[in-house]
This record gives sequence, C-alpha cells and structure tokens, in this order.
Amino acid sequence: MEMPKPNAMILSAKARITARLKAVLPADSVIEDEAETRAYECDALTAYRCPPLAVVLPRSTDEVSAVLRICHEEGVPVVPRGSGTSLAGGALPTADAVIIGVSRMNGVLQTDYDNRFIHVQSGRTNLSVTGAVESDGFFYAPDPSSQLACAIAGNIAMNSGGAHCLKYGVTTNNLLGVRMVLMDGTIVQVGGPFMDSAGLDLLGVICGSEGQLGVVTEAWLRILPKPEGARPVLMGFDSNEVAGACVSDIIKAGVLPVAIEFMDRPCIEATEAFAKAGYPMCEALLIVEVEGSPAEIDEQLGLIKQIARRHNPVELREAEDEDQAKRIWLGRKSAFGAMGQINDYMCLDGTIPVSSLPHVLKRIGEMSTEFGLDVANVFHAGDGNMHPLILFDANKPGDLETCEAFGAEILKLCVEVGGCLTGEHGVGIEKRDLMTVQFAPEDMEAQLRVKDVFDPKWLLNPAKVFPLTVTASRRAA
Amino acid sequence: MTPATEAELAEVIRAGTGPMLVRGGGTRSIDHRQGAVIRTTGLSGIELYEPGALTLVARAGTPLAEVEATLAAEGQRLPFEVPDMRGLLGTAGESTIGGVVAANASGPRRVQAGACRDSLIGVRFVNGEGTVIKNGGRVMKNVTGYDLVKLLAGSWGQLGVLTEVSFKVLPTPETTATLVLHGLSDAQAVAAMSAALGSPYEVSGAAHLPGQGTVLRIEGFANSVAYRAGRLRQHLAAFGSVDHMDGPQVWADVRDLRPFHGAEGDVWKLSVKPSDAPALLVRAGAEAHLMDWGGGLIWLRMAPGSDLRARLGAFDGHATRVRGSDPSVPVFHPEPPALAGLMDGIRRKFDPRGLFSGLAA
Repeated sequence: MEMPKPNAMILSAKARITARLKAVLPADSVIEDEAETRAYECDALTAYRCPPLAVVLPRSTDEVSAVLRICHEEGVPVVPRGSGTSLAGGALPTADAVIIGVSRMNGVLQTDYDNRFIHVQSGRTNLSVTGAVESDGFFYAPDPSSQLACAIAGNIAMNSGGAHCLKYGVTTNNLLGVRMVLMDGTIVQVGGPFMDSAGLDLLGVICGSEGQLGVVTEAWLRILPKPEGARPVLMGFDSNEVAGACVSDIIKAGVLPVAIEFMDRPCIEATEAFAKAGYPMCEALLIVEVEGSPAEIDEQLGLIKQIARRHNPVELREAEDEDQAKRIWLGRKSAFGAMGQINDYMCLDGTIPVSSLPHVLKRIGEMSTEFGLDVANVFHAGDGNMHPLILFDANKPGDLETCEAFGAEILKLCVEVGGCLTGEHGVGIEKRDLMTVQFAPEDMEAQLRVKDVFDPKWLLNPAKVFPLTVTASRRAA
Repeated sequence: MTPATEAELAEVIRAGTGPMLVRGGGTRSIDHRQGAVIRTTGLSGIELYEPGALTLVARAGTPLAEVEATLAAEGQRLPFEVPDMRGLLGTAGESTIGGVVAANASGPRRVQAGACRDSLIGVRFVNGEGTVIKNGGRVMKNVTGYDLVKLLAGSWGQLGVLTEVSFKVLPTPETTATLVLHGLSDAQAVAAMSAALGSPYEVSGAAHLPGQGTVLRIEGFANSVAYRAGRLRQHLAAFGSVDHMDGPQVWADVRDLRPFHGAEGDVWKLSVKPSDAPALLVRAGAEAHLMDWGGGLIWLRMAPGSDLRARLGAFDGHATRVRGSDPSVPVFHPEPPALAGLMDGIRRKFDPRGLFSGLAA
C-alpha cells in the first residue's frame, strides 16, 4: 500500500513544529519521542505502520483549534484519531504528519431526556454513551462490533453501523449535530439538538468523510428509549440460497427485525470449534432478533418461524430465557475471534443487494478455489452488508498479497451486482485504489470539490479515501 | 424546457447562460427566484423495485402518486410520510419524487422513521456544468466516499438537477391507533409528547392541534398496537384522560397543514428543540399554530409581512417562511457566518456559473 513520500522540509523542521505545539498545549499533551509515537504507528489495519512526526492529545476544542492553526501555517498534514480501531487504515499516519488524538476528550456535556439527546465530547467510546443513559432507560443505537473501544469521533468519521441498523439506521441517522474545527483552526457548530438545520445538509456530508473535512470535537447524538425486551431465534438451512430466500420472505412479510445475521458453513465450523455455542452443522445459519414486550416478541417470532418452516429449516431454535439468548449470540459474537485463532484473516465489508446473496456467495466459493485461500462468510443479511473473512498466513511470503488481490476481486463483484465497496468500515487506505471501480472520474471530482471547500490546502488526512494519483495535484498544491 | 433524457438535460444546462429554475410538479416551491424553468417531468418512471430488499429506484420526474401506488401494491411505503403542500400553497399539479427529495419533505413519522434524507440511499444529478454525477447507490449500508446523497436532499435545486433517486422503503404496518389528550396547553402538550416519545412504546407521530387535541400514533401488528396503546394510556395518565380516536385522518391533517387551508396570512415553519417550543410560541405571537414532531416542528400562521425571526431573536434552530410574499423577509433562515462560507463554497463548486444558486464562482 503506497503512501505519499514524507515532506523532507517538514521532517527537518520537527524541532520547531513540536516547540510551537508545546507552547500552546500542556507538556503532557505533545508526544514526540520515537519510542512513544510508535504506539500510534497504525490502527486495527496492522499490516501497515508508520510512526508520525508527533502526536497531540488535546483536552478541549480550543486546544484542537490552536494545534490546527499551527499545522495549517506550517503546512503539516494532520491525521485525526479516535480510538484507532479502524479496519481500513483511516488513522494511519505518514512520517510528516501530526496525529490529533481525541481520547482525552471523553466527557458527557449534557443529557436531555425530554428532548432525547446526549451531548458528548467526541473521544467518548460508543458503548459508554449508552452507559451514560441506560440506567434511565435509554440507549444510543449504532453498535459497531468494536463498540467497547471505538470513539464517537471515529464513528462519525466512518459513519459506523452495527448489527442493529436494519431498524435504527447507522451513525448518520442518529447524529443531530457536531462541533468541529476546520483545518485553519476555525471552530464551527453544524446542526445541534434539533431535527434539522438551515441551509445545505453539511452534517450529512461531514458524517462519513473519514476525517478529511475537519476534526470533530463534540457531538449531539439522538438517544432512544430502550425496548422492553429482545429475543433471538436461530435457524439452520441446507443451502445459502434457501437462507437468502428466507431473509427476503421475512422482510416482505412486514416484520422488521432489529437484526438478521447470517453465517455460512466455514464460519459455523470455526466458531463452533472455538466458542462451542452448540450451533447445528449446516450450510447456512440465521440469527433473527426482534424487540418489544414478551407478547409482541411472541407474535413476531411466531410469524418468523412460520415463514422459516416453509423453507424446511434443519434447525429452528428460539431462546427460552436470557441464557439461551446469550448462547445463540455467542457464536456470532465470537466469529472474528474464532477466525483469529486458526489463521490470520482479512475482513471485508462490501454491501450487495439482498437478492444477489446466493449468486455472490457462489462466486466467492469459486474464487476461493482459484486463489487457494479459504473464506468464511458472516454478515448483516437484512441490509446486505457482507463480512467475508479471507484466511491467510502472514508468515508465508506472498500470502498477504494473494489475500489482498482476492479481497479486491470480491469487492469488485459487490459493485458489479449493484452494491458498494464498503458498508460500514470506510475506505481509508485499504480500498482507496478500488474507488475507480465504483466511481467515474466525475463522481470522484464532485467529492474532491467538497474537500477543496473545507480544506483548500489538502492537509487533513490527505492520503485516504481517494486513489493517490487522483489527489496528487491537489496534495502538491 | 422539459428534457426527455438525462443527456438532453445535461446539454440544456451546458448551453444555459442565465438563471435556471428546476421544477418537478411545482407543488412545493417556496422561494421566489426567477429564471428559465427546467421541468423534470420528462424523466419519469420507476427503474427498479425489489420488495424483498426494501429498495426502490425512480427517475426524478416520476409522480409521487405513482411511487406510492407501486409501493402500496406490495404492502410497502415511503417511511417519511410525504406532505402534500398543494392545499397550503395553493399550487396545482402532480408532486414528483425528485421535488420531494429537493425539499427533504418529511411528515409526522419523522420522529420515528427519520426524514426523507434518512431513507434516501442514492442519487444521480446533473451539476451546474452539465456533468452527470452519481453518489450512493441502491443498498442501505454504504460508506464508500463522501455522502453527497444527504447534501442533495433538501438542497432546493441549488446544486444541480436530480435525475434519479433511490430509497430504502418499509412495510406498511397492519394497524394504526391514535390516542388523543384534550385541553392541554402548549407546555403541557410538549411535556406529554416528550413522555410518549421517551417511552418504549414506539410512538410514530406526536402532534398538538390547539383546540382539537394532542395526538399520538402507534403502528404495527394488531395485538402489539393494542398492547402498546394500553400501556401508553397508563404512562400518560398524569396528563388527563387519554382517549382513542377513530381513523387516521388527523395525521393527514397534520401532515398537509389542513387547519391552515383557506386562511389568509403568511405561514412559517420553525425547527427547534421541543422544550423550547412553548416559550418561542409566546414570543412569536402567531394568529394560529400547530406542533408536530413532538414539538420539534412548529407551524405558524402570521399576519402578512411579519418577520418571525425578528420577533424571536436568537434561538436554537431555524425558521423558514413557507408562504408569504414580502421580498424584504428572506424565505430561508440566514446561515451562520462560518457555515455560510462553506455552503456558498459548495454551491460555487457544484455550479460555478451560479445558474441554480445565483452565486457565480
């Protein structure tokens, strides 16, 4: 994965730049020692690493503004970082970049149950947003699987989703406003604790812009009353096609589950060996979860089971208590960990129209043979967001490259059937060079022009999202 | 001009020399700009509908009625409950789906299902240079590149001309129940609506019509609706008696602003934090009002030429004049200075000659 060559002028000016940063921040907020900056050399895409020029850990929006003003004057690239859990390399620095980490800005500024929002600093973790309101019966809906660690700042940058977005939407549908610092240090508020704001929907384009338009320091998030209860049902089928048809029939019947998760045989086998959740050995497994009062859950699950029976399931198991519900989710939740036990793996994130599911799974199977690497599929079936896990051996020369080439082919297939390269992880550096598969040059140009407006010097996270050849002239300017 | 294809539309825009106005059916136009009218009604037809994937793709000039009828035939609907503005604005004609998107037109269900922009998953449009651009697609989870889909929703034709729009749709619930509370003041009504929306009973509409009552809606499968309506009545007991109301008509009234039909005067729309609504209503001194979205949306009828913004002073939110003719009062709320620079920057980048925004590069 190519990154731009660091600017030698900046590297040689490190002492001056860090001195200027230290002049506006407390001493413990600027990290320049090489042993310490190494902790920030990568995010969760660990195959690519590079220690940054320096790391700053501000405690306030004003401090972020002061840092950005200096970097803007010095022409130093800036990489914003939440908790560093990006699977796409969204927080990967270059040697001439300053990382702004928001982890120390993790407070709750206001909770307002009457108006159903919470105002937080952006370094707060996703799960602790819910943690701040759940004793009062509320929750924050987007639930990416890294929710214990990932920060709201990163969620906004990547427009993160989760297992429950079929009902509640993704980050952009739950974000009311942000306070954000532009590259030149200007502090702006976009949106706020009300339902829409005047003029163009800037918030809509800021969410998911991968830290390229500004550094978000605060957010107003919509919180929802917790449902009375939730219960999953597990069903096994003897082919992917039948499981796919069952998903489609459930949706058509007017039931709106909060989650429909899908696992194929390789995934079931691996997780069963690891987590021993008691899953049936079959070709495809669905976990469908519904919410409401016990009577409402019975009604919805009754309908779902009726539909499932029409597809001759090899297994149909409803959780009868909390413990059984946990067991049903256990395998799914440990799928990634299970894969990590047996192999190195790369997790993809393409989305496809739900109707293309059987075709895409068949093609992935064929490609697996061609490339000689195994694949396990686990994904959010209700919304078509796939997470194929390609297994490889990082110690075997050439295996990572083969894996990346295989992954690229799967993502091209997703686009070919009408889907997209990434459903919730973001482009980062990982899928940067595949953008031309999904977008024509003029489609990308329209996006680049938005960045031109927010960050005319192209200093914010400049080497991400778009192919380097496409952004070269702008970055050099 | 009524281009028959996207390519023809692009040609018309490239050849454009002066101000241009984009019109679908013209049923919800609220600004008073002048210019050569480009009609999108030649770009019509549903291109893809997959009920099992909850996805619909239509050309921008497709009549809203055709989209709604197609969805209804499969027991589905647009989640955001599109208002019909003809009665309020005195317009005629057929609303188009592209016009709905350009206005981000969203009705009472917004409190539960989000606005039009939340259901919109893809667009194609022609920018002010006559270049065709696509963004998003036909899948509901998509974070590939910047989300220009949201930017186009509610852009009122200032960034270009939409040619195709894609939606996530939802099943139409089996049953609807409406509960009504009588005699509440604005402040009590907001408190009751907040209590309802903060409950786990999935309220899909919360509106207050002075003189008529405070209404709450629950939708879903019959047993579930009966259960939740019962629980909600108990939950709101402190606000007085909670009765069932027959028929869903009141929601069409709220959605289309029927209480204001036939009455003279300017009409304003305020987007606010619900708990601020009662105090703002006092400051507004309107002739008539109603609240939707649990108090987050206030509709006001005012004497002609009133400047609501001047009466309110600073507040969290914004005001749009939906009906009125005094040219000295802007239709859209002035954008905060720091954001105005960004918004105008985007308008100029998408439309360097200012055909649609009036701003030249």
